[in-house]
Amino acid sequence: MGVEGQNIEEMQFKVVGTRPNRPDGIDKVTGRAKFGADAYAAGMLHAVCVRSPHAHAKIVKIDASKAEAMPEVKAVVTRADFAEGLTGEDWNILENVMAGEKALYDGHTVAAVAATSPIAARDAAKLIKVEYEILPHVTDVDAAMAKDAPVIRDGTADNSVPEGLHANVVRYHESGHGDVDIGFAEADLVIEDSFQTEATHQGYIEPHACLAQLGSDGKGEVWCCTQGHFNVQKVCAALLGADSSQIRVTASEIGGGFGGKTAVFIEPVALALSKKTNRPVKLVMNRSEVFRATGPTSSTSMDVKIGMKKDGTITAAEGVFRLQGGAFPGAPMEFTAMCAFAPYNLENVNQIGYDVIANRPKQAAYRAPGSPMAAFAVESIIDELCNKLGLDPIEVRLKNASKEGTRSSYGPRFERIGLVETLEEAKNHPHYSAPIEEGHGRGVSCGFWFNHGGETAVTLALSEDGTAALSVGTPDIGGSRASMCQMVAEELGIAYDKVRTTIADTATLGYNEVSHGSRVTYASGLAAIKAARDATDKLCSRAAARWGIDKEAVYWENGFAKPSGSNAGEFDPIPLEDLTKDMGATGGPIVGHYEATPEGAGVSFATHIVDAKVDRETGQTSVVRYTVVQDAGKAIHPTYVEGQYQGGAAQGIGWALNEEYIYGDDGRLQNSGFLDYRIPVASDLPMIDTVIVEVPNPGHPYGVRGVGETSICPPLAAIANAVSNAAGVRLKQLPMSPPRILEALDKQANG
Amino acid sequence: MGMTHVSTTVNGDREEFLCDPRETLLDVLRDKLALTGAKEGCGTGDCGACSVTVDGRLVCACLMLGVEVEGKSIDTVEGISTDEELHPLQTKFIEYAALQCGICTPGILVAAKSLLERNPDPTETEVRYWLAGNLCRCTGYDKIIRAVMDTAAEIREAT
Amino acid sequence: MHMQYHSPESFDEAVSLASKSEGTIRFLAGGTDVLVQLRSDIVTPDVLIDLKKIDGTKDISRTAEGWKIGTAVSGAEMSEHPELSRDWPGVVEAMDLIGSTQIQGRATLVGNLCNGSPAADSVPALIAAGAAVNVVGPKGERQVRVEDIPTGPGRTSLEKGEMINEILIPAKRQNGGDAYLRFIPRTEMDIAVVGCAVSLSLEGDTIIDARVALGAVAPTALLVEDASKAIIGSNLDDGTMAALAKAASAACNPINDKRGTIKFRTHVAGVLAQRVAKIAYDRARG
Repeated sequence: MGVEGQNIEEMQFKVVGTRPNRPDGIDKVTGRAKFGADAYAAGMLHAVCVRSPHAHAKIVKIDASKAEAMPEVKAVVTRADFAEGLTGEDWNILENVMAGEKALYDGHTVAAVAATSPIAARDAAKLIKVEYEILPHVTDVDAAMAKDAPVIRDGTADNSVPEGLHANVVRYHESGHGDVDIGFAEADLVIEDSFQTEATHQGYIEPHACLAQLGSDGKGEVWCCTQGHFNVQKVCAALLGADSSQIRVTASEIGGGFGGKTAVFIEPVALALSKKTNRPVKLVMNRSEVFRATGPTSSTSMDVKIGMKKDGTITAAEGVFRLQGGAFPGAPMEFTAMCAFAPYNLENVNQIGYDVIANRPKQAAYRAPGSPMAAFAVESIIDELCNKLGLDPIEVRLKNASKEGTRSSYGPRFERIGLVETLEEAKNHPHYSAPIEEGHGRGVSCGFWFNHGGETAVTLALSEDGTAALSVGTPDIGGSRASMCQMVAEELGIAYDKVRTTIADTATLGYNEVSHGSRVTYASGLAAIKAARDATDKLCSRAAARWGIDKEAVYWENGFAKPSGSNAGEFDPIPLEDLTKDMGATGGPIVGHYEATPEGAGVSFATHIVDAKVDRETGQTSVVRYTVVQDAGKAIHPTYVEGQYQGGAAQGIGWALNEEYIYGDDGRLQNSGFLDYRIPVASDLPMIDTVIVEVPNPGHPYGVRGVGETSICPPLAAIANAVSNAAGVRLKQLPMSPPRILEALDKQANG
Repeated sequence: MGMTHVSTTVNGDREEFLCDPRETLLDVLRDKLALTGAKEGCGTGDCGACSVTVDGRLVCACLMLGVEVEGKSIDTVEGISTDEELHPLQTKFIEYAALQCGICTPGILVAAKSLLERNPDPTETEVRYWLAGNLCRCTGYDKIIRAVMDTAAEIREAT
Repeated sequence: MHMQYHSPESFDEAVSLASKSEGTIRFLAGGTDVLVQLRSDIVTPDVLIDLKKIDGTKDISRTAEGWKIGTAVSGAEMSEHPELSRDWPGVVEAMDLIGSTQIQGRATLVGNLCNGSPAADSVPALIAAGAAVNVVGPKGERQVRVEDIPTGPGRTSLEKGEMINEILIPAKRQNGGDAYLRFIPRTEMDIAVVGCAVSLSLEGDTIIDARVALGAVAPTALLVEDASKAIIGSNLDDGTMAALAKAASAACNPINDKRGTIKFRTHVAGVLAQRVAKIAYDRARG
């Protein structure tokens, strides 16, 4: 393998596509894998944050004297201990990491304390007295846009926002093409409806944790669980006024992130405490802090209108998507708008997004941020149109499906994509033709995500014994070390277990964007392949020198340098280890590199089929059968691809049925624990069937498309369609909790 | 400081420690005995990441005080395999990719081992309910359940 | 903020400790509520009295009057007791529904009762069963019916220095059966949104005696006399079921909270009452 320019469709793989054991497997089944909270240092202090119990309040005074009087307490920090004069996103991050003049949500950090034991730190935090002047608050998206809503952070809106909107509307997006009025006029049936979704949390089981040290020389060390340690480095440097290169960040094993660990919360606080004490400081959030203060998704309020002809052709579609993203700008409303109608080839489409701030924690990315909510609204209406027009939901989607060359709803024309293939596989799957039991309902939905490339740097060092060490800068959040090893093994022509992949620290590689956007197997994978090709290029040079022929006359195949034809001369192929064993004498260490920003991440589509059962007396819902069909481009490690499909579906089930942020009238989060923030447990779920479709992405050497995020795009809608079809009433608000289902049934019964 | 002296057995080894009465067994295992396999995912008994057995009984280490384990025998994930060989559950978990991030894995392995010791032939439903207190956010549980069921079958065949 | 920990070896010693201690006192049996409150900084006791070292607290025993269950008996130990499970399946399954396998290894009936949660699963089942508790304290011992222990959310009728050393469940009646169901949104790990227990006995196909209890629909678990009356003398025909549902719903005095609405709880109480009565009835028929 490994010939550049070869037709992807015809590629034959030896290692890619197999299912080897993961390199971090034994560490993780024996308990020795080191996660964020598993690091200890000599002389270490323990830190605890003091958090606002108020949704919106002016900080009048912070009195830490009682805490500071405790002999175990070594330092207290407040906003005064961080850099001044920050602007733009650095300013926003600092405002979130440590409140300035105002606390903007329940759980907002206002101070932190470091002490000699965790218990002493907790006791000390309770002794820090903060005087607040309580301000009016708002937590609901529609309420935050209303005329009488309290202004949360005046002047936050950028110039995209049309005049006349409330100051809490901070960004605006509009896109589309054609003329929707003409399109709706051509329709035989137009359905328009409104939908709401509550904020949900990524729910990673590992709370945020770090161990940090910062000396008076400005040199710092951070160990933390993060999806992007280079970003942690950059943010910490900015917030503490330090030089980026002087802060070395090492990513621990990460106990789940799903987007939520792309943001920075505690590392700058631990560094500030360390700077004051000249000792290492460990800071670990508890579960309640994770819920109260780290990023959930946006909550949404959406209006969608779609027109369809009797034959199923969609004539026009429009949507308005209002996203509440907490007290800071950044709710991914443009993604919601752009993903909403992407699966369909539409002549007339228009979408509008509003980014709305409210007194809640700053939203963070969660697996295809913004897309699942859009699919919920859009695919619910398509389902309703199919029901009313007596059409098969998969046939209708096939009829309107985006294909290669389709002008997407958000602008660019699609390259090679696999939506039709997923729909065909779904249609032919035994699940779709299985009879539907009494009291059950079936739902289908499509979903779309862009995927992403991003800044990427890797190195591949060959050892004298012919083995290879790959360093990547993207934390492994889904088994990517295994797939990296597979791709390098494929290129070098050596065995999978002769490659070791390490998540290198920030001092070792160039900047790597965080592990997000389903970018790791695509971008770090592409980088690993290119670095391997760089290395084999160098190996070919060594072989050429040994043979005394031109480098161009040597090529690499299946682990050997070979002369490229009879003109090059008759030479026996040289195996890798024969070239590396004396590399010190033939030109020095052989290291392959890749540093760039790949931009060919292929977009990805999925189709899900769900059967749900509804207890009409209690409103209880259970998902009884689930099938995921998704385009992976090329599955490097099919088992891990299945794992991503299943995990996305399970998170979608939680989001659809039970998970939600519940705020009281006082603006405080009511359910900041796993007891009442109800993520699916093992007994809630069926087995989740998967079908991997492979329509190669032309932007990756092997055709890889990211798979992590698209898997959560269809579930909300697919489950809503299944539940609505089982209950005989359309559910338009998530989660579809038992009281909401009973309420909908009740409303229907009473006309 | 009012520390209490406690003697106990952990993974077959005699251990002694001093602890504050407010410290949990989980605090003690992690911070005093350097056994960080048990994880704190919630601190309230809702996630199961800190599952250990105490005198053979499956518990959450976060819901037990350090002072309570005087004279007791504790087993953690670090004690599941004590020689070069992995426990069959560990092998199957790797083979089935029954873990993604791995943070819940120690707790799930301890819980699953406890199940198979009591019930060598559990149904899928029994496995799902036994493990309902072990949250996993990555896998959707599918591969975990399959790995446990297949381990049970393998152990039954071997004996 | 130091917390004293004691592990007395007798109830006399425990009573003496509890009587003379100042500040917030908590008793430690299974600890599944106490430790959560401690960790979440809701309650940090000044004095924690661990009752598990006292002889007999881990015992389940059959007496002339029925069953005696010690303070520190865990849910798992109850479920693993075949005779108790045969006599009072509703009580055992109510206890078994609390939390995970891990929680079952620790949680106790007495703890569930003394925590004072209106949603405690085992409490309606104990009330329906006609259970009482033995209270020891500075003034001696007394027996109290289970329904008289909780007085409101987080509150009990126990006085300073008092604690429960035994749960007393009557002997299984001839042709008797009990059952408990709760509504939760998931299949496990939730707190009851509504709980309902029914204990009844039959003569032939006719119910001659019944106790219906509800949880999570009022400040304390309720013994619902009207619901009991609705089914006595019946064989659970459709009309009786409707009357039972109506009586159960009518007894509800719930709140709107993160777990459910007033409307939902009131409705589901009626639904559950019917389902539970049916199970208890089938069990009584054997």
